[in-house]
Amino acid sequence: MRNLVAVPVIILIVILQSAIISRITLLSGVADLPLVILAAWALQEEVDTSWHWAVAASLLVGFVSGLPLIVPILSYLMVVFVAQLFQRRVWQAPLLAMFSVTFLGTVGMSLFSLLILRFTGVPLPVGDVLGLITLPSILLNMLLSIPAYAVMRDLARWVYPTPEVE
Amino acid sequence: MRNLFSRTLQTTIIFLIVGGILALAFGGYFSSASNVFTGSLINLQSWFSSRFVALQDFITAPRDVASLRQRNIELEAEVAELQAQVIQLQQQVGETEILAALVDFAQANPENRYRAAAVIGRDPSPFLHYVIINRGSNDGILRGMPVVTDQGLIGRVDAVIADAARVQLITDPASRVNVRLQNAETEASLVGSVTGDITLDLIPQDITVEQGDLVLTSGLGGGYPPDLIIGQVVNVRSRDFDLFQQATVQPVVDFNRLQIVLVIVNFTPVDISPLIPAQ
Repeated sequence: MRNLVAVPVIILIVILQSAIISRITLLSGVADLPLVILAAWALQEEVDTSWHWAVAASLLVGFVSGLPLIVPILSYLMVVFVAQLFQRRVWQAPLLAMFSVTFLGTVGMSLFSLLILRFTGVPLPVGDVLGLITLPSILLNMLLSIPAYAVMRDLARWVYPTPEVE
Repeated sequence: MRNLFSRTLQTTIIFLIVGGILALAFGGYFSSASNVFTGSLINLQSWFSSRFVALQDFITAPRDVASLRQRNIELEAEVAELQAQVIQLQQQVGETEILAALVDFAQANPENRYRAAAVIGRDPSPFLHYVIINRGSNDGILRGMPVVTDQGLIGRVDAVIADAARVQLITDPASRVNVRLQNAETEASLVGSVTGDITLDLIPQDITVEQGDLVLTSGLGGGYPPDLIIGQVVNVRSRDFDLFQQATVQPVVDFNRLQIVLVIVNFTPVDISPLIPAQ
């Protein structure tokens, strides 16, 4: 039953991303709300369903976006992998872990998008992509990461209530 | 007898003095002195009056502030409601203007049949320039149909589901549109970019392209109908060692403000890819 929470949350997140967040650009970069939310969810200690969330989010984003489906799948699975790695290593500083995962996830998403789109024949200059998309997107994702972490922490506590010790 | 005389004398003297003073006063001889006196009185009265008014304000102020605050809250609520109404009306006026422009465009181009659609989203990826519209296969929308506004071409339908479709804009890096330059009477290829700029490529070197030349679809390749306006040339780059010239195009459509678009539903794109020899 806990996995079912992912469905409405991810649908809502992708709708927000497509309808609102994608219209707010910095140069040519935009924030990636599903990525940030996924990173924040995977960093919660009690959460054990982040892989399911990653698959659901990548399928939905792949459905809405014109990107090849492999790009969101690879990117979001990588985000969860990195988040779980950081959760074990940097558990005492969750915000630091959040920033690190967001940074690496955004870079990874850009890299996968660039490589696969170039492979499919789309002419994308690396310099333009780095300066106009990747760096502004990193900044926007960093700005989103703090509120996203707070929201997902509350959601995790609601979904996984800690049993009270008597 | 002597006392009576002295009293009468005193009274007479007093009357004379008072009468003299009055006569002098009426004659205007005491005006400066009376001004000083009355001025002092007025100042004193003003001082008392101002203190009283201040005291009265102090006593009655709390009741007035409370009523004013209440009134202020009411007025603020009224202003907020009116502002919301103004915003709604402005939005309706904007939509009406857009729809009127689209109707004018449709009437001016009767050879095409159009289906209006609202832009409800954008592609989540910053690498791609796609928009999502609220019309799909249930409304007769098919993949490859051109999409325009009253100003000109914006792209073509890339994917369709029952009630929505994804439109690839001409600013997308993967977009390529065959165009012609109206004044130069030549054909070229229009390509998008990650920044959203559109550029003309494959312009022969012997053609003179000038700033302001109109760019229209050529219809070659069967992807778009001919003569849809795209934009104007703003900058030409011609180098002797290049095979072709390039030109930057200013699109007539503001792609950041797309709200309502028209899908040309009676145009069937031709897929010529089987005719292109494999390399």
